[in-house]
Amino acid sequence: MRFYAVAVYGFLYLPIAIIALFSFSAGRSASSMDGFSTGWYVRALSNPFVMEALWTSLKVAFFSAVLATVSGTMAALALTGMKGRLRAIFDVLVMIAVMIPGVVIGIAALIALATAFSAINPWLEVVLGRQLSMGLGTLIGLHGMFTMSLVVLLVRGRLETFDRAQIEASNDLGASPLGTFLQVTLPQIAPAILAGFLLAFTFSFDDFIMAFFVAGSETTLPIYIFSSIRRGVTPEINAIGTMVMVASLTLLIIAQILLRTGTLRAKG
Amino acid sequence: MAITQARARALLLTPAGLWYAALLLFPLAVVLIFSFGERNPIGGYAPGFTLEQYANLPARFAAFRNTLTLAPLGTVAALLIAYPLAYYLAIKVSVRWKTTLLILVIVPFWTSILIRSYAWIYLLGGNGIPALLEAFGLGELRLINTPFAVLVGIVYGYLPLMVFPIYVALEKLDKSLLEAASDLGAPPWRSFLQITLPMSMPGVMTGSMLVFILLTGEFLIPAILGGGKVFFVGNALVDLFLQSRNWAFGSAVAVALIVIMLIVVALYTRAVRRFGVRRDDVGLM
Repeated sequence: MRFYAVAVYGFLYLPIAIIALFSFSAGRSASSMDGFSTGWYVRALSNPFVMEALWTSLKVAFFSAVLATVSGTMAALALTGMKGRLRAIFDVLVMIAVMIPGVVIGIAALIALATAFSAINPWLEVVLGRQLSMGLGTLIGLHGMFTMSLVVLLVRGRLETFDRAQIEASNDLGASPLGTFLQVTLPQIAPAILAGFLLAFTFSFDDFIMAFFVAGSETTLPIYIFSSIRRGVTPEINAIGTMVMVASLTLLIIAQILLRTGTLRAKG
Repeated sequence: MAITQARARALLLTPAGLWYAALLLFPLAVVLIFSFGERNPIGGYAPGFTLEQYANLPARFAAFRNTLTLAPLGTVAALLIAYPLAYYLAIKVSVRWKTTLLILVIVPFWTSILIRSYAWIYLLGGNGIPALLEAFGLGELRLINTPFAVLVGIVYGYLPLMVFPIYVALEKLDKSLLEAASDLGAPPWRSFLQITLPMSMPGVMTGSMLVFILLTGEFLIPAILGGGKVFFVGNALVDLFLQSRNWAFGSAVAVALIVIMLIVVALYTRAVRRFGVRRDDVGLM
């Protein structure tokens, strides 16, 4: 059994290891290891196209994650302990958002927004002298819509496990609803909120498929990587890929630690 | 009090509600409406009400066939690989190593699927496994841009998602049941078939559904490892919307894909109900 486990772990890690290994190759060929060098990292980081795509990705990931965390947490607070039709509607919405494939969400958003934009743009042109188009706004909007659902699931899960008696006690002792929220509820759900933010950020940073449709003339890092792979893998792409993997792993490990300490505190 | 609470809830739900309305419900409604429309000769959509697009679905038969053979195949392969590992982690591994080993399963899943998938271009490409096989005199073999490459890619991509639910189900298993079975003289295979396997069914079902649903909507892995030869419905959608700009037909394909997924979820819910009852039987023993 142990050999089997080792083999499966090998299967899981071999491809990642290969990319990381080849990214340190000194040679030009992407499929052989000729000496050791960090040259491709230097080259990737001084490539203006890569840096611009990275900057776009960071902006989209940050703003979509902030908006998703705020509105997702608000929704989770409202939904906890709620019954009735509105609750059922939101449960279905969250489920649809998570389940419908990214390619369908991306395409649906593309044709819906393109249609809506071409309907309102003539009016906007007259009134504001500006037009709506695909770009940072649509990227942030679509990523945020999806990751908001993840935040709702995480924060609601956390809210459901925590002791409601504490809220009642706080109310009985004369605290205002806001006071109770700030002093009792928020400290307890803070780890889940932060974990939700990190998850949302990482998802947006790694997402290719939704971004592909609504990016307009913008290029995010995954879009850059995808179009580069189509032209052939280079050691430079391996270096970028390795950096992206290390970055998202670091964020997600922090998120996991936050979730875990949150749970421990709740149990203790 | 009750009224203010209801109002507070409505206020808290407003941003999320508007967001879903604008970027989830509105787009999906547009897809549904467009699927009954016609193709604009210059590309895009022309209003209309016709079932022509749905009648035309067989034109993309190959994409549906590939998806509906490789997705179940990938799910089963992932299940067969994941089950023994989940069993090992839940029952055989000591508590000390459990967390570390579990994290090691999920770590690859956290990293970009785009980067993990293109790594297989190396392994399956000319200098990878085929070169190795040739060196051992096993003849020439082309792996990249074949259905096999896509299958490897999807199993690799979604394996962690299968391991976890099965692990959770097996972890809950009361080990005294297994001891009782062996004390009463049941051979190991029998207690596996009659206790462990039925008890882990909820995890198996959940993992299989998750993986299957994600596989039916897959685009990236066939695009990278199938080299345009092995395409899924997701790839057909991209082609229809971005290359041939046939929005009406593309919308019908998207609706068909969602309907297939809904059917799978409905079957899953029914199956869970059935296995839920079975689980209680075991508990009563």
